[in-house]
Amino acid sequence: MDLLRFITCGSVDDGKSTLIGRLLYDSDAVSLDVLAALEEQNRTSAAGTVDLALLTDGLRAEREQGITIDVAHKYFTTPRRKFIITDTPGHVQYTRNMVTGASNADLAIVLVDARQGVVEQTRRHSIVAALLGIRHFVLAVNKIDLVGYSEQVFRDIVADYAAVADQLGLRQVVSIPISALNGDNVVKASANLPWYQGPNLLAHLETVDVSREASTDAGRFQVQYVIRPQTAALPDYRGYAGRIQSGVYRAGEKVVVLPAGIETTLAAIEIDQQPVSVAVAPQAVVLRLADDVDVSRGDTIAPLTQAPEPTRELEATLCWMEERALRPGRKLLVQHHAAKTKAVVQTIMSKTDIQSFTQQEASEARLNDIVRVRLKTAAPLAADTYQQNRTTGAFVLLDEQTGATLAAGLIEQTALVEPEFEI
Amino acid sequence: MPTLPRLDYLDRLEAEAIHILREVAGQFQRPALLFSGGKDSIALVRLAQKAFRPGKFPFPLVHIDTGHNFPEVLAFRDQLAAELSEQLIVRRVEDTIKQRGLREPGGKFPSRNALQTYTLLDTIEEFGFDACIGGARRDEEKARAKERIFSVRDEFGQWDPRRQRPELWNIYNGQIQPGENVRVFPISNWTELDVWNYIQRENIPLPSIYFAHERRCVVLPSGQLLAVTEHLTLDATDELTTRQVRFRTVGDATCTAAVESDAATLDAIIEDILQAKVSERGATRLDDRISETGMEDRKRNGYF
Repeated sequence: MDLLRFITCGSVDDGKSTLIGRLLYDSDAVSLDVLAALEEQNRTSAAGTVDLALLTDGLRAEREQGITIDVAHKYFTTPRRKFIITDTPGHVQYTRNMVTGASNADLAIVLVDARQGVVEQTRRHSIVAALLGIRHFVLAVNKIDLVGYSEQVFRDIVADYAAVADQLGLRQVVSIPISALNGDNVVKASANLPWYQGPNLLAHLETVDVSREASTDAGRFQVQYVIRPQTAALPDYRGYAGRIQSGVYRAGEKVVVLPAGIETTLAAIEIDQQPVSVAVAPQAVVLRLADDVDVSRGDTIAPLTQAPEPTRELEATLCWMEERALRPGRKLLVQHHAAKTKAVVQTIMSKTDIQSFTQQEASEARLNDIVRVRLKTAAPLAADTYQQNRTTGAFVLLDEQTGATLAAGLIEQTALVEPEFEI
Repeated sequence: MPTLPRLDYLDRLEAEAIHILREVAGQFQRPALLFSGGKDSIALVRLAQKAFRPGKFPFPLVHIDTGHNFPEVLAFRDQLAAELSEQLIVRRVEDTIKQRGLREPGGKFPSRNALQTYTLLDTIEEFGFDACIGGARRDEEKARAKERIFSVRDEFGQWDPRRQRPELWNIYNGQIQPGENVRVFPISNWTELDVWNYIQRENIPLPSIYFAHERRCVVLPSGQLLAVTEHLTLDATDELTTRQVRFRTVGDATCTAAVESDAATLDAIIEDILQAKVSERGATRLDDRISETGMEDRKRNGYF
């Protein structure tokens, strides 16, 4: 059985939380006491039936305001798959939370209200999901019951969204008409939609293939922690503990330790203290090197033939997440997974216009802005572009003093065209 | 060329948890693993072995002992720490009550659950822990569903859900200021069933109270069964019974209900859970029923 992580996104009141509630409810992931608590709550607040949205809106303020503020995680399992759902807020001011949700997802369900069609938020969320590297999309046309289960309305919205998908280069969009409130086409096929021949939502989620062929990615591994028992039995043992970030590692292959550039051989790969001949992403392993070289946390060990070029200059897209605007010259910390170094934002090159998906001139980045910047780091990073590698092409920016997470960073270019130290 | 390993969902959850544990070791000066003797923290210990052996754990095991624990669990705790040759720190709610002059909870079923927050915060201060690893899962409760894997607490141990840091990709931000500390939840994305499947796959021993056994219980007005222990004040009106039960969670004897079950093996327990129609916390925790936002309120105040 494998694992699918997906996000739900869409405008306020499109019914995201209700859809998740429906998925959980119809796949028997909601237990009796949770339902009883919900019914109790509904009796004291609004009218009538169980409000499925209350299954995801967990904080008091969310329930009081009837909106989702923060990212919520929900889990359900069918005989085919385990699912991790990230429910992200629809409001503009919580876009940073959508970025957060999208960063870990393989698939995005873009929810559209059949009465409203494709709106600004639909575009905005699709752009964010595409930017964060999600390749699989479901256009869920919700509240289809409120437009009389009209095929024409569905077709029009699908056509409208095709224009958005085209512009963003989304190739894998599956469109499904649903009613989350009534359950049409979510987990069960609907008699109300005889004109729709495709799979229902859950059937699609159970079967869509989002796997990546590990062997096609370059091998990447960062040292998280050095294991040195220094016991009588193991006086000289040095193991480099970390997660294979991408690709494949084979015992005996030539590797290079970066950023130092020291070449050596991968003497052994160990999992649970047992040697294995081959390991793949995202396995947690211990690497042993043939030579006694200086390796510490944050260093990258990469297959010699696939090694990245360490760089101190990066061009990156930032999703800015702090109230205080970013201006050029600001110093901060870059956390590139296990590597951390100081950095300065040299220039803000442009800002992405969420409406037209074009680049505009910008001199600062405000909360929720998506900007292109040039960064210079104090120590070199063994990084890739986000296009090449969704793990090693990603970083976060932290406030030096408070440690707050300021931005999500996606590397666009590692070797800049005109490095200033070269003549 | 050997064929590439195929990873199933448990392999992926395991890899994620080991990665998180190693981030704790790499980013913090004085971490600790909060160990309750329950199945989730026992699974964490197994994951720590996979993360750090053949080295020692880069953190001690810390148990906040309410004094209302099941004796089987305490014995299991001591034996496990001895077998692992790892440091075990125990701090008692009893002592906190004396030192701070706190009032013992009264009532028929006195719960020290709320008081353990004081002991936990005192222990964090005593040892200067900057990160505390715990076995909480997001599927347990709706406020937990919103919590980060690295959850920053202020110097009063408080959780502010509105000021949570965005947690991007699998980059865990452990940068904190003096006085702050981080709660870390490596099995956030596991469900109850995932933990049981993992325990079965890894053949991990558990305290005996998880398996079906005969026990003298008091029947609560809600129909729930509570083990008869010295901590309860029973009177003539209480309905006592002896039933075949097991525990789905291991907390205080005064507020953790037993479930009727004849599941005596891991296979049978997993089958039980698949059939179960009542959620883990709902079946067994008396303390969450206090109010709709019981957990959120306790977490804001520094609860684990």
